[in-house]
Amino acid sequence: MEKRVTFGKWTIGILFAVPQLLLIFTFFYWPAGQAVYWSLTLQQPWGGGNIWVGLDNFRSILSNADYWNSITASLVFAGLSTGLAMSIALVLAALTDRQLAGSRLYRVVLIWPYGIAAPALALAFRFILAPEAGFMAVVNRVWPGFWDPGLDGADAMASIIIAFSWKYVGYNFIFFLAAFQAIPRSLIEAAAMDGSGVIRRFWDIQFPLITPTIFFLLVINITESFQDSFGIVDIMTAGGPANATNLMVYKIYSDGFKGLDYSGAAAQSIILMLLIIVLTIFQFRFIERRVHYR
Amino acid sequence: MTMIKRGFAALAAGALSTALAMPAFAEPVKFDFWFGLSGDLARVVDTLCKNFNESQKDYEVVCTSQGNYDATLQNTIAAFRAGKQPAVVQVYDVGTATMMLSGAYKPADKLMEENGYKIDYADYFPGIARYYATSKGEMLSFPFNSSTALMYWNKDAFAKIGKTEAPKTWEDVGADLKAMKDAGYECPMAINISANESWQLMEQFSALHNQPIATKSNGYDGLDARLEVNKTKFVQYVTDLKKWYDAGLIKIKSKDLGQDMVQAFASGTCQVILTSVGDHGTVGKTQKEGMNWDVAELPVYAGTERKNSLVGGASLWVLSGKSDAEYKGAAAFLNFIHDPKTALFWSTNTGYIPVTKSGFDYMKSSGFYDKAPYKGREVAIASLTASEPTEITRGVRLGNFTQIRAEFGTQMQAIFANKVSVQEGLDTLVKNGDAILDRFQQTYPGKTLP
Repeated sequence: MEKRVTFGKWTIGILFAVPQLLLIFTFFYWPAGQAVYWSLTLQQPWGGGNIWVGLDNFRSILSNADYWNSITASLVFAGLSTGLAMSIALVLAALTDRQLAGSRLYRVVLIWPYGIAAPALALAFRFILAPEAGFMAVVNRVWPGFWDPGLDGADAMASIIIAFSWKYVGYNFIFFLAAFQAIPRSLIEAAAMDGSGVIRRFWDIQFPLITPTIFFLLVINITESFQDSFGIVDIMTAGGPANATNLMVYKIYSDGFKGLDYSGAAAQSIILMLLIIVLTIFQFRFIERRVHYR
Repeated sequence: MTMIKRGFAALAAGALSTALAMPAFAEPVKFDFWFGLSGDLARVVDTLCKNFNESQKDYEVVCTSQGNYDATLQNTIAAFRAGKQPAVVQVYDVGTATMMLSGAYKPADKLMEENGYKIDYADYFPGIARYYATSKGEMLSFPFNSSTALMYWNKDAFAKIGKTEAPKTWEDVGADLKAMKDAGYECPMAINISANESWQLMEQFSALHNQPIATKSNGYDGLDARLEVNKTKFVQYVTDLKKWYDAGLIKIKSKDLGQDMVQAFASGTCQVILTSVGDHGTVGKTQKEGMNWDVAELPVYAGTERKNSLVGGASLWVLSGKSDAEYKGAAAFLNFIHDPKTALFWSTNTGYIPVTKSGFDYMKSSGFYDKAPYKGREVAIASLTASEPTEITRGVRLGNFTQIRAEFGTQMQAIFANKVSVQEGLDTLVKNGDAILDRFQQTYPGKTLP
């Protein structure tokens, strides 16, 4: 018979759960609740008077063309940077897993980018991608006006996607490599003996077996691209030119902290939170079905 | 429990009796001063604080840089809401309207009066004083680091096209830029079009031409002011800038693109820039070997009666909720900064201008403006005092002005990228700016600016 600790009264169980619940409440629900309250009022920055306005903040945000532009920019950024960061990391991890000469070195080198703080790497990429001084200056000399993130919104978007992906390639790489190495060697070896090539083995054996990891990284990458992009945008483009890179998280910062519009920023945070929840539910509902768990 | 209590009581009593018994050895009263300057300028502020602390024994100011102006205001608000605000804080020019409605300050003139300091307010340059004063003329904060915008011009490049003087009108500027382009200069003039340049491009231009930025005397007469830069001379100015940009006479220079305009000018790459007199020192220190340059007042359109330019920079606010002792210290500190000798120290080391006539006279008489690295900075005073301030040129007092400046940058970028026409861009600027003003007004229902 299985032994189990049971409590006669449910109150004792609650008692044990209280510290945990308190922590969760203090650090998650209380601030979230505060944000909800702020989003329904007009906050005077210095305190001393808040006006209840109901859903007015949401109404004014959702009727603002700039805000919709910011949602579109965020979605484009999330889609492209997640796609880029994951596909590059997948290829690199697959190659490293094949234990080519120097693969241990690659392993170390490829993990580094994730350890670099977003503002620091943004600063580095600002130099690399600067149209007049950096690496792209060479390209610009050949095709004048080819690269101009100062005025061309698409170029500016490309530059923050490159910087963000570069960082997350390192992060994704760690997980992909671990997933690849968890696949029993015997499977691959058997397939090799049956005469299947590298590509074939990848699609028929390795890829299906790492789908749980792919799914996990998809959720994480998309969520992070909404939240962790802030430092990169702030240093590289500051939301410009002409709002082209004004991602939702950056708009919250500039409206809330620089513009002192706490209520508008709170309402935007709520919308961002809901959007991420919806996206995550969507992924679990529709993509997770294709995932093979062992 | 009782032991601990007794211990505390004993300690308290001890402290009290010590304080009563030996007032002569009392510790100086400490108070906080938060400021937004960083780098080189922060070191000058630190020296200023040290000088104050060494000048007397009663007070000790603790000066802390918060990194930049935005962060200073944000941190101060957070600290104020938590009841831990500094006694003195440096707030940038565009934060003035927000501060005035905050109810979180002690009027500077009252503070000085209560603590027995007599300040001659007429001594301040009127353009500077009125920016920080109520409509009745009471000084709520004291100007600290003040500047105004100037045109920096490369004498060598102008000599190539046969000019020995800076252009005085925008018509001349257009012709000169064209001539320089023809003479082989890649970048006759550099500008940037982010939120920050609203200051020299929109605000200073409007003041010099006596054109309003918003109704209700630029917001001085009420929170219901609304923008109107889409129907003033400013439209013409943006049209011209865009035209010159398209013709390759103007290049956009910013830090994001590799080189900001001050660097572009100092390295000799670009021949004309419009920027703060505060950059005078930087250009002097980093200029290309042997380059001849000078500063001049910003040009105006032909036939314009030139008005005074606007003051930029920041002022010192004393926050409410501090002890009388701290207020005494704060008053002594403000008085110290007001001293002409401090003005000379401050201006020498930073490039900011003196804010009082006596400070300016003191600097002039000590020969400050005759010497090479500082020569030219007096042009800023001339520009600020070009006329008696009018209803429009005394300043800009709009709520959430930081956001309006951001909108300025956005629309200018859209215009220069050919996404919208000049008129469309400025119309959108006014529309979005009005929504920001509307929101500010709703946040402070029934309140009026002092």
